[in-house]
Amino acid sequence: MIAKPVISAAEAAAMVRPSASIMLGGFLGCGAPLGLIQALLEAGTRDLALVACDAGVHDLKTGKVTAQAHLVRNRQFRQLAVSHIGLNQEIQRQLNAGETRVELVPMGTLAERIRAGGAGLGGILTPTGVGTEVAEGKQTLVVAGRSYLLETPLKADIAFVKARRADRAGNLVYRGTARNFNPLMATAAAIVVAEVEEIVETGALDPDQIHTPFIFVDFLVQAAAPER
Amino acid sequence: MDYVENKEIIARRIARFFRPGAVVNLGIGLPTLVANHMPADGGVVLQSENGMMGLGPAAPAGAGDRDLTNAGGGLVTVLTGGCFFDSATSFGIIRGGHVDFTVLGVLEVDQEGNLANYVVPGRKVPGMGGAMDLTAGARVVIAATLHFEPSGASRLKRRCTLPLTAPGKVDWVVTDLGVFAVKGGRFHLTECFGPYPPEWIVGRTDADVVLDLA
Repeated sequence: MIAKPVISAAEAAAMVRPSASIMLGGFLGCGAPLGLIQALLEAGTRDLALVACDAGVHDLKTGKVTAQAHLVRNRQFRQLAVSHIGLNQEIQRQLNAGETRVELVPMGTLAERIRAGGAGLGGILTPTGVGTEVAEGKQTLVVAGRSYLLETPLKADIAFVKARRADRAGNLVYRGTARNFNPLMATAAAIVVAEVEEIVETGALDPDQIHTPFIFVDFLVQAAAPER
Repeated sequence: MDYVENKEIIARRIARFFRPGAVVNLGIGLPTLVANHMPADGGVVLQSENGMMGLGPAAPAGAGDRDLTNAGGGLVTVLTGGCFFDSATSFGIIRGGHVDFTVLGVLEVDQEGNLANYVVPGRKVPGMGGAMDLTAGARVVIAATLHFEPSGASRLKRRCTLPLTAPGKVDWVVTDLGVFAVKGGRFHLTECFGPYPPEWIVGRTDADVVLDLA
């Protein structure tokens, strides 16, 4: 297998063009590519469209800010497609002030839309959201007597994902609940950059235990040593 | 009759719904308290929407693993035999009817079984997270809530006014006054928690309530 380029976080951030769509893995910061997010913050790239599980944590009282909430605070997104913003008071303020567009997507629908984007599907049918505001403007189809919403696929120009371990070919293994949206996003973006804690020689990972096959990964970035 | 807010009685009662082998998903907030009342070896399996089956207790202070979190981002543990999976698998489990019970928090719940718990337009916009999938897919939906809003208004309504998380999906509402089954467009009060008499509870619930005490 051809080894994937190992690049710096700053080089990865430079691949994100202004107004690009970007997927960021993680669930409230767990499994988020923190080094890549920091580099994107330093690059200051703006007008981005985010697809992520959530908007990170931003507590205006304590000043605590995590993961993509740094980018939200730095006004780098023009819009977000996320399932939950309850722990980010700053994005709620931007939303209510009309400064940033936020599409709230049920979490399971978000996962399936990303999976559909990577799997060549034209969309998915889900019962989630039928009879709610989420259904507005969407086609409803009845299959075997049950109503479903047609939800469209999601893709992105670039995805930043985080894994525990990679081999040089780009096979990825995640750890614990840090897996979450990462393997889905690795299939659904034109460029995929994986921030990993450890890079091992090709062949050192058990082929039966790979979570993301190497063909999905374009670049590797060495993460800073984890605090665990 | 003085009312004293009591979240623990809600959590304790909900834990008694679960039989050994049940797969249960607890929402964030008040529902998380239910975990404290489940027998350690009771055979109840907790699913965590961020990608875990066999969710264990919170990690001891200072001994947490940042790759091992619950749906609220807290550091937790995994039980022996537990496992991890990605978000599509997690919500496939939820939507596919493989979760027996979900316990969700409430902004409003009404006598038709409608639940509103994800947005107060223009004010508070937390987002639905996994709540819409959970109400769509879990076999039994339990709404867990203090009976009254801070203003003193009943959270149990004739008709929700906030945007719905799901229409007509709530099976049970457990408050700090009692247990209500949602059936036939009315609340059925099936248990009262001391010291509140049934008539007192009915009088303070802004909905049609039928006495259905055992």
